[in-house]
Amino acid sequence: MKRMSRKHLATPYVFWIICFTILPLIYIAWYAVSDGDGGYTVENILAIFEPVHWKAFVLSIELALICTVVCLLLAYPVVLILRRLKIKKKGTIVAVLILPMWMNFILRVYAWQVLLSDNGIINSFLGMLGLPSINIINTPAAIVFGMVYDFLPFMILPIYNSLMEIPNDIIEAAKDLGADGFTIFRKIIWKLTLPGVISGITMVFVPAMTSFVFSDILGGGKIQLIGNVIEQEFTTSMNWQLGSGLSIALMTIILLIMALLQKSNQQTKGNNMIW
Amino acid sequence: MSDNLLELRGISKAFDGKTILQELDLNIKSNEFVTLLGPSGCGKTTTLRIVGGFEKPDTGSVIFNGEDITALAPEKRHINTVFQKYALFPHMNVEENIAFGLKIKKKSKEYIKDKIKYALKLVDLDGFEKRKPNSLSGGQQQRIAIARAIVNEPEILLLDEPLGALDLKLRQDMQSELIRLKNELGITFIYVTHDQEEALTMSDKIVVMHRGLVQQIGTPKDIYDEPCNAFVADFIGDSNLLKGKMLDDRLVEFLGERVICVDEGFGKNEPVDIVIRPEDVEINEVGKGIVNGVVKNILYKGANYEMTVEAGGFDWLIHNTVAYPVGSMVSLYVKPFNIQIMKQMDESEMILDEDMENETYE
Repeated sequence: MKRMSRKHLATPYVFWIICFTILPLIYIAWYAVSDGDGGYTVENILAIFEPVHWKAFVLSIELALICTVVCLLLAYPVVLILRRLKIKKKGTIVAVLILPMWMNFILRVYAWQVLLSDNGIINSFLGMLGLPSINIINTPAAIVFGMVYDFLPFMILPIYNSLMEIPNDIIEAAKDLGADGFTIFRKIIWKLTLPGVISGITMVFVPAMTSFVFSDILGGGKIQLIGNVIEQEFTTSMNWQLGSGLSIALMTIILLIMALLQKSNQQTKGNNMIW
Repeated sequence: MSDNLLELRGISKAFDGKTILQELDLNIKSNEFVTLLGPSGCGKTTTLRIVGGFEKPDTGSVIFNGEDITALAPEKRHINTVFQKYALFPHMNVEENIAFGLKIKKKSKEYIKDKIKYALKLVDLDGFEKRKPNSLSGGQQQRIAIARAIVNEPEILLLDEPLGALDLKLRQDMQSELIRLKNELGITFIYVTHDQEEALTMSDKIVVMHRGLVQQIGTPKDIYDEPCNAFVADFIGDSNLLKGKMLDDRLVEFLGERVICVDEGFGKNEPVDIVIRPEDVEINEVGKGIVNGVVKNILYKGANYEMTVEAGGFDWLIHNTVAYPVGSMVSLYVKPFNIQIMKQMDESEMILDEDMENETYE
């Protein structure tokens, strides 16, 4: 009886998931395989390999990868420094780092447009100093800027959590056994923060890969990412079958990448080799 | 050069203005089992961490094999530590944990393999090579931590309350295990504990510490039989602590009675602390002892009875194999050489656990 009553507590969530995750997914999948005239086809899914879509897809991967790597390179040292600080300050600094998350996401992207545009704040400032202006708005670089700014907290938090979990005496034990700073990092700290790194990568790469807002606002609509293509199929072209097909293809590829990432993580965890 | 393996000279250390160690001097010879014993906050862990290189002393120096290593980083010292909470690397299996130090020293694969086998045999855990630390019990993890330290052939092994987290039975097993290990390996052990029984069982030499000061250094027997002050007497084992006055050589007055003892060399009428161990108090018929009293309480403890006898306005703690019923009149007697007389200690220094600052380690 007790178990039954506890199970009932989950009902609203089950209902929620069915209504807003599972049903829409089934709907999308159904759209993806229907040809609009009552027949079935795989063309919509395979459309990802058409040159115009494939180009957008590859560019999406490239930008998402750059964004992920930059986030990782920025986040890891910050977190390492945080660990060395006195306990009281840590929480405040982390709060400051994730403060931008309290603002509306679209607003933040518009803010970058204002900052980066040809007559924007950065260029005005450069002009005041007599330096040549930079034309960064409406380029892939501007998109990466915006993405890194928005997604950095999602890299910092999981790494921060996994690093703070490492007890100090483990580091001291490594020193005690003769390990220098670099060895401690390579063999202990990096290995123990790897789960955090992987979840950070997941949380940055996936949204960076699928987003269309950055390219819309910071790319000036000239740069097509796979997110833009799908969005336009649903809104401008009203071709829901193609939009759904591309979505399913994108989802499959992302799931594959994530599965590979998880597998490599488990391999390092379950590694029985010494050498 | 002296024959000391390790010398601590005038070590002082303070954290946030709180003095932890004051002018500590300590000499340790090769192949000794030395225990730093004291209540929490006495500075014993800090002393160990200074020897290990994890803390730098504010003043003073650490001399190892005649060489000043005060500023040497822990990874460069021929000293290994067994940490209180084991501190095994959770992402490595037993074999990788033990191999960690050896791989850094670039030993050959065969050497490392042999060492792992030898070390696991030594700590009685052969066959555990591929196990992960989190699949081991506390006692097993502790033994792996010891194996991981000793394969590096340190000249000194530091052990920071290594048995603190284990239950009583396991702790006793590990105590004899550690003594056996020390004898087989022939290396110096510096052991930190607040457990006086553990210290008495295992050590060649005990250093009793209190408030950053060494109170007494000696063999377990010295420390138990001849405590140098009331703190040591009170901390090590059960005792009856009395205040008294030295009337003359070999004559002391306490509880209003003049009693013959064996101590000499105190000033005439000098106030002294007197310690009498509970097992040294003999119970006689009324009138045939130093002081008469009434049995207030009796507890059966297995090997003996623990009695409280009120006599001369003092509650005596007595261990005796014969039971005397509560309320019976008795007389207490102590042989002269069982009366231990010590210079009086400042009252404020006697407080044991109440106002102790926490050990910095925690």
